[in-house]
Amino acid sequence: MNRIVEKEYFSESVVKLVLEAPEIAKSRKAGHFVITRLGKKGERIPLTIAEADIEKWTITIIIQKVGVSSIKLANLEVGDNITDVVGPLGNPTHIEKVGTVLASGGGVGVAPLLPIVEAFKNAGNKIITVLAARKKELIILEEQMRNHSDEVIVMTDDGSYGKKGLVTHGMEEVIKREKVDLAITVGPAIMMKYVALLTKEYNIPTLASLNTIMVDGTGMCGACRITVGGKTKFVCVDGPEFDAHQVDFDEMLNRLNAYKHYEDKAYRTFLNKYRKA
Amino acid sequence: MDSSILAYLKKERDKEWRVELRNKLKAKDRTSMDRLDMPEEEPGFRNKNYVEVNKGLSEEQAIHEAQRCIDCANPTCIEGCPVGINIPKFVKKIEAGDFLGAAKTLKETNALPAVCGRVCPQEVQCEQTCFYTQKLKKPPVAIGNLERFAADYERNSGKISIPEVGSRNGIKVASVGSGPAGLAFAGDMIKMGYDVTVFEALHEIGGVLKYGIPEFRLPNKVVDIEVENLKQKGVKFITNYIVGKTGTIEDLRKQGFAAFLIGSGAGLPSFMNIPGENFIGIYSSNEYLTRINLMNAADPEYDTPVISGKYVAVIGGGNTAMDSVRTAKRIGAKRAMIIYRRSIEEMPARDEEIKHAQEEGIEFLNLNNPIEYFADEKGRVNKMKIQKMRLGEPDDSGRRRPVPIEGSEYTIDVDTVIVSVGVSPNPLIPQSMKELDVSSWGTIKVNKDTMQSSVPDVFAAGDIVRGGATVILAMGDGRKAAASMDRYIKDKVRSILSLVKEFNTIGDILSFANK
Ligand SMILES: Cc1cc2nc3c(=O)[nH]c(=O)nc-3n(C[C@H](O)[C@H](O)[C@H](O)COP(=O)(O)OP(=O)(O)OC[C@H]3O[C@@H](n4cnc5c(N)ncnc54)[C@H](O)[C@@H]3O)c2cc1C
Ligand code: FES
Repeated sequence: MNRIVEKEYFSESVVKLVLEAPEIAKSRKAGHFVITRLGKKGERIPLTIAEADIEKWTITIIIQKVGVSSIKLANLEVGDNITDVVGPLGNPTHIEKVGTVLASGGGVGVAPLLPIVEAFKNAGNKIITVLAARKKELIILEEQMRNHSDEVIVMTDDGSYGKKGLVTHGMEEVIKREKVDLAITVGPAIMMKYVALLTKEYNIPTLASLNTIMVDGTGMCGACRITVGGKTKFVCVDGPEFDAHQVDFDEMLNRLNAYKHYEDKAYRTFLNKYRKA
Repeated sequence: MDSSILAYLKKERDKEWRVELRNKLKAKDRTSMDRLDMPEEEPGFRNKNYVEVNKGLSEEQAIHEAQRCIDCANPTCIEGCPVGINIPKFVKKIEAGDFLGAAKTLKETNALPAVCGRVCPQEVQCEQTCFYTQKLKKPPVAIGNLERFAADYERNSGKISIPEVGSRNGIKVASVGSGPAGLAFAGDMIKMGYDVTVFEALHEIGGVLKYGIPEFRLPNKVVDIEVENLKQKGVKFITNYIVGKTGTIEDLRKQGFAAFLIGSGAGLPSFMNIPGENFIGIYSSNEYLTRINLMNAADPEYDTPVISGKYVAVIGGGNTAMDSVRTAKRIGAKRAMIIYRRSIEEMPARDEEIKHAQEEGIEFLNLNNPIEYFADEKGRVNKMKIQKMRLGEPDDSGRRRPVPIEGSEYTIDVDTVIVSVGVSPNPLIPQSMKELDVSSWGTIKVNKDTMQSSVPDVFAAGDIVRGGATVILAMGDGRKAAASMDRYIKDKVRSILSLVKEFNTIGDILSFANK
């Protein structure tokens, strides 16, 4: 049982939860994630650790309401408990000084990107961060990103904030302007796919942090498998970061939709119950 | 068997009650009795639910079956048991109607008799070395069914004998993993007075017994009761703790743990690396069984989904494959198939599982091997290409090697595929402990007599040492590791105490510490 000690709404659909998890707070590094289960009937879902506070023994997770499990989590209040939290999982990001790092984050992908950006900044890199979302309300953690970046470019699909356009537009501007040594991208699979296509064109080494469906998170099931460079890899133990130019994003997009039908149905049932309640 | 064990067995056998019981019925009358089959649920009923297939023997049936045992002077059955249960003694206790006594006898050597009575491959162990099989060429005494009977009787009686727990010595030891290896280890260590903590990565205790073996073969409550007993004796269980990730062995040493047992199992599923294997609807058996057994995915009340197709192909011939295919049938498959590249005789699954699967309407496509999967426009598997095989020359394992028949390829419709072609050891611990010696297979190397690894305070047991093996071997290893860990710790304590004697002043101690 892990108690929630703080809650903050970034937008109507994006929520930050700070929860007690002493061991995880102590062991985690940038790039790590946890798996949570809410209630005896809940499913196990992976969530990135956005921040950790070793003094307070807490970790921070950021949740976007997309389906039944994420809505249930996001509806928790301070003082509530999450039944199971296990981690830190995955391999930490390999941090080194490379020069200029172009980071791109979309939607809640900005949450996992934050500790990575922070670590690269601390290693002495120049950081340019591109944040993207559909509209202004969905841009999160901008201030925190600014604290750890030399420059932050905000892109919105509808132009309601920052510049109008896609994440790749913002990135290309930078790439044309100056030499980029490493690109890092975290966000929806479709966004990472296009980021990878762009940076490949310019021959910029690129890391993508993948968010596949998972069950155990320890390499036991293979639910998280994807193809990287023609080989099957398990995101939970071999990743979550991979060379974006080698990842088969189309396959990943497909696999992410494996349970779409079930999720939609569960979502409708849930909403009905929820409305009645 | 070693002579001291033989002497002990003889002494037990010569006890008055045993002699009396033997004389009650002539050996000839005993051997002319027929073996009683395990009562089972009807195939047409059970293949639609999770009810346990084997119903267990009644008291009368158990006594009848126990009477068949002639209480041999040379009990070869014991040689077939990986943990050396005193089989004639427990069987004769059943014959005498002392069912609780039988259970107690089992527990002297077997930490989980209710589990082993259900899942052990007795047909290649004790029942194979039984006098009936060996000399009379008749069906052996149903030792497994009797074991299960005694253990269930005890559990249902509510009079579980909780073995005496020795006085607490305050020494902390840990098990990594809560499968049969870890549970057996914990049971022995708590009995010897240690302060035992079991760390488990998942949110449930039991390892494969929980997430792998289905309810219809091993009900969860059987495992839960064993775990509950351990808790009552003082074993602490910590779930959601991945040793090597949440904390390392080194972190735990700092918290005062004196020694460790690694019982982390052989959890990593293998795939065949054939085209299309990552399409939607293709699972490893681990994922499929975990979703259904651990996460209750087939129950709409639970949030975890599972694709429960109508045309299900399970690739492989082991217990895991049988469990998967029988599960698929139960959650609604019209066609549930085993596809295995060798013949049925070579299938590693237990005979009973194969028989049950056949009765439940599972199709067996033996000497067939998948070579490619196809999918619809949404990436969901809808067809597979299969190649026929024939048996060639025997390979190193002595089994005849399957050879593809050129030009024999054909396709069938499938909407779910479960790949069950083996597992390899979980690398999390070895990765987090570079000083640990591992084989090229990824198993932890240990001294076979002590189960001690290359790191002196780290012992290992079960599938992480053997690759995929059995519950009873994992349990036996766990117990062996407990005994030798106890010696290791006591030796260490003794050598420290002997040093203390040499200290006369604080100065002595300080100068020792500086060294
Ligand atoms: C579907 C299936 C059917 C089977 N049927 C039979 C059968 O009929 N008869 C039979 O004898 N055998 C059978 N087996 C094999 C048998 O289950 C195994 O040999 C046995 O469970 C091995 O026990 P173990 O304790 O070594 O490991 P496991 O039972 O695998 O337990 C290991 C545990 O350790 C945990 N763990 C792993 N890494 C860590 C870590 N770093 N930190 C904390 N915890 C960790 C795992 O989550 C797991 O719970 C079957 C196996 C499967 C999968
Ligand atoms: S989530 Fe099960 S193997 Fe990665």
